[in-house]
Amino acid sequence: MSKALVELLKKQFPASVIETHSLAGDETVVVEPSSWKDVARFLKDDARADMAMLVDLTAVDYPDREPRFEVVAHFYSLAKGHRLRLKARVGDVEGEGAELDTVCDLWASANWAERECFDMFGVRFRGHPDLRRILNYPEFIGHPLRRDYPADRIQPLVPYREIPNIDKIAPFGPDEGMPFGRQTHARGIDEDAS
Amino acid sequence: MGELKQTSTAVIEPGGGAGFATTKFEAALAWAQKYSLFMYPFVTACCGMEFMAVSSPRYDFSRFGSEAPRFSPRQSDLLWVVGTITQRQAPILKRIYEQMAEPKWVLAFGTCASCGGFYDNYSTVAGIDKIIPCDIYVPGCPPRPEAVLDGLLLLQDKIQKGDRRPAIVKPRHDPAEDQNLGLVQLRRSRNSRPPV
Repeated sequence: MSKALVELLKKQFPASVIETHSLAGDETVVVEPSSWKDVARFLKDDARADMAMLVDLTAVDYPDREPRFEVVAHFYSLAKGHRLRLKARVGDVEGEGAELDTVCDLWASANWAERECFDMFGVRFRGHPDLRRILNYPEFIGHPLRRDYPADRIQPLVPYREIPNIDKIAPFGPDEGMPFGRQTHARGIDEDAS
Repeated sequence: MGELKQTSTAVIEPGGGAGFATTKFEAALAWAQKYSLFMYPFVTACCGMEFMAVSSPRYDFSRFGSEAPRFSPRQSDLLWVVGTITQRQAPILKRIYEQMAEPKWVLAFGTCASCGGFYDNYSTVAGIDKIIPCDIYVPGCPPRPEAVLDGLLLLQDKIQKGDRRPAIVKPRHDPAEDQNLGLVQLRRSRNSRPPV
């Protein structure tokens, strides 16, 4: 079923389809970024494809490749019950110039999915009505799911308290977990009274 | 945790039928405070399910005088931080804490609130003590209701003692002491250090 769909795309967009492959019954079509919107619109409108549902839209970062990002969209046809995975490769090694046309006007669910893709990877979508960060706060610098984002880099909104051993995790010593009345190192009220 | 030491300093005076008791003012005040902890549940994540379990009749922390939830920080004494605190949520938590009137206590419910748990990443505050002072840590993912009750009793003990230091609830069952768990033995042999 989906194989016929791949052949259909190849016939319809002979210059745009870069490669196709299949794994475990899932068909993937990689297209030129410039024809991303046209292929998506064809998949939605054509009666043989009839992709009424955009299941997910996200990206994958391959830092060693050029272009660097692979934007992935999963489509599902509610009427026909077939699926297709569409990919486009964008961005240079620095992650700049990663741009695609938005598909918001075709599937409304693409709005938040593209915002998340922008938030996490920095892929920009031309024509998106409201391309802001969706999960991270506006003060956030960088895109955390890029492979070159340092794993231990945090950007706190509230400055951390200035107390000694703030990075240390509880427990607090040999009396960990003891009630206060039994803590031997404790300077309790009993000692104050005596 | 075991039974608590007798902490009351009250002395019952024998009288002619109508007895009376003498005590210290601080002790009487602490006794009143520890059994009337109005709580503010700051529930953000899956630990909230366990919080519901511990507040419902089977475990029922209202038996320990921690019954009344107050969804206004001005009226509450105990801030339950239940669940993961993200960097985006940290200003809200800090503001809630600052709005509470003294005296106030904070209980970190679960591993995420205590130290961030396995969320060692860009989005999570690694423990609420990074932004607000915390009194009681209840570890567990999520903690058993018994552990939460242990934490509540520990907090009451702390209030009675007038202690300002934080404390952590010790697990009733420590997996590291269970010789039958092959995983622990494997880890122990690999690290080759004495069990804690």
